[in-house]
Amino acid sequence: MKVIVDQEKCCGAGTCVLLAPDVFDQRDEDGIVVLLDEAPPAELADVVREAASVCPGVAITVNE
Amino acid sequence: MSAPDGVLVVGASAAGLAAVEALRRKEYRGPITVLGAERHLPYDRPPLSKQVLAGTWPPDRARLRPPEVLSTLDAEFVLGDAAVGLDVPARTVRTASGREFTAEAVVVATGSRARTLPGQDGLAGVHVLRTLDDALALREDLLAGSRVVVVGDGVLGTEIAATARMMGLAVTIAGPQRAPLAYQFGALPAQLLAGLHTSNGVELRLGAGVTGLSSHEGRVTGVCLETGEVLPADVVVVAFGAAPAADWLAGSGVPRDNGIVCDSRCRAAEGIYAAGDVARWHHETLDVLLRLENRTNATEQGIAVAGAILGEDRPYTPVPYFWTDQFDVKIQVHGVLGADADVTVVDGDPAEHRFVATYRRDGVVTGVLGWNMAKQARLLRQEIGKSVLVGGKS
Repeated sequence: MKVIVDQEKCCGAGTCVLLAPDVFDQRDEDGIVVLLDEAPPAELADVVREAASVCPGVAITVNE
Repeated sequence: MSAPDGVLVVGASAAGLAAVEALRRKEYRGPITVLGAERHLPYDRPPLSKQVLAGTWPPDRARLRPPEVLSTLDAEFVLGDAAVGLDVPARTVRTASGREFTAEAVVVATGSRARTLPGQDGLAGVHVLRTLDDALALREDLLAGSRVVVVGDGVLGTEIAATARMMGLAVTIAGPQRAPLAYQFGALPAQLLAGLHTSNGVELRLGAGVTGLSSHEGRVTGVCLETGEVLPADVVVVAFGAAPAADWLAGSGVPRDNGIVCDSRCRAAEGIYAAGDVARWHHETLDVLLRLENRTNATEQGIAVAGAILGEDRPYTPVPYFWTDQFDVKIQVHGVLGADADVTVVDGDPAEHRFVATYRRDGVVTGVLGWNMAKQARLLRQEIGKSVLVGGKS
């Protein structure tokens, strides 16, 4: 699994961080998404897919 | 409960797509059909009032998923054909073109439609903004126009006003509140929002009801206020709220009252579920019937409905969330605010245009607002529902 984030689309909700704090964080200054792990381990795959689906800015893409 | 033989999702936007994706993530293998009233592949609505209207994004950039990702869902998308009726016992949906679709589970995710002013239909220069086609038509008129009046002092109206102003138009916002979003935000953030708009050159004409439109030879010329004043305009945007798109269920027996009335599992009748703007469901934690018109709810409720269809027995009890971007300000709202809440700035400083405020009722935090402090606001989301003994700046 490879994760891609589009910082221009990020709205700063932080939904991804609530779901997968080992994979996503937010910048302190503006809340924009920071990708901590672009190739998360298999045990996080489901929750990362959910983060991509639930992202209100449609800023997360998962390539399987 | 076993998985249904088939799922029919009525509505091809955020809520409907989220339901489909969640069904597949939860390993549902049965047939899924998605009916969409619009001809477009599923797209995202928040960018319509910002990037799409401004022209900084081509419409394709607002797609919810690229076509190749949609195709991996193994769902049939039937687009450009609106649902016009539902037979509840048979779970059959009839469309405008006369086709019929039947499935064991039906998800109603038809969203909402913009409220309009009497006499606006057919009048050139008057717009609503709900769909991609609406946004493109409005953009065309803004590019040719010079003076726009936005009727509506809520989130959508203020976003459109900000975008139009940044496109160089003279912009006026008309609405009944003392300051934009005053009912939702309370005095402090609403006054800051008013200041943000006026400092960017937007004229606020608030506190007076709009009674109608003036026109000449089929084209709008202005917005009439209850004071008798007419605000001149060559373009008018009507953005004062939305109504659930549930009229097509009239006579079906599906309970409707400001939306499709659902139980705490987002179920309106046996095998019939609702998600997104159109759904008014029983929020067990808040113990109210709630209908939310925000982007996050569309997705989260779509996912909840997918779970309910597959037999998960969990109430849907989200913490509401929305955001708005206007000029250089990003506002985040978690939970429920309200003009009557006790508001405390807990981080940052409003004078520096960067702060977080908590909203309390009876000592319990009901909501958090972040003004250019998205991360810090999100970190306080967990306080919602908790009692706070000591207020004030920490």
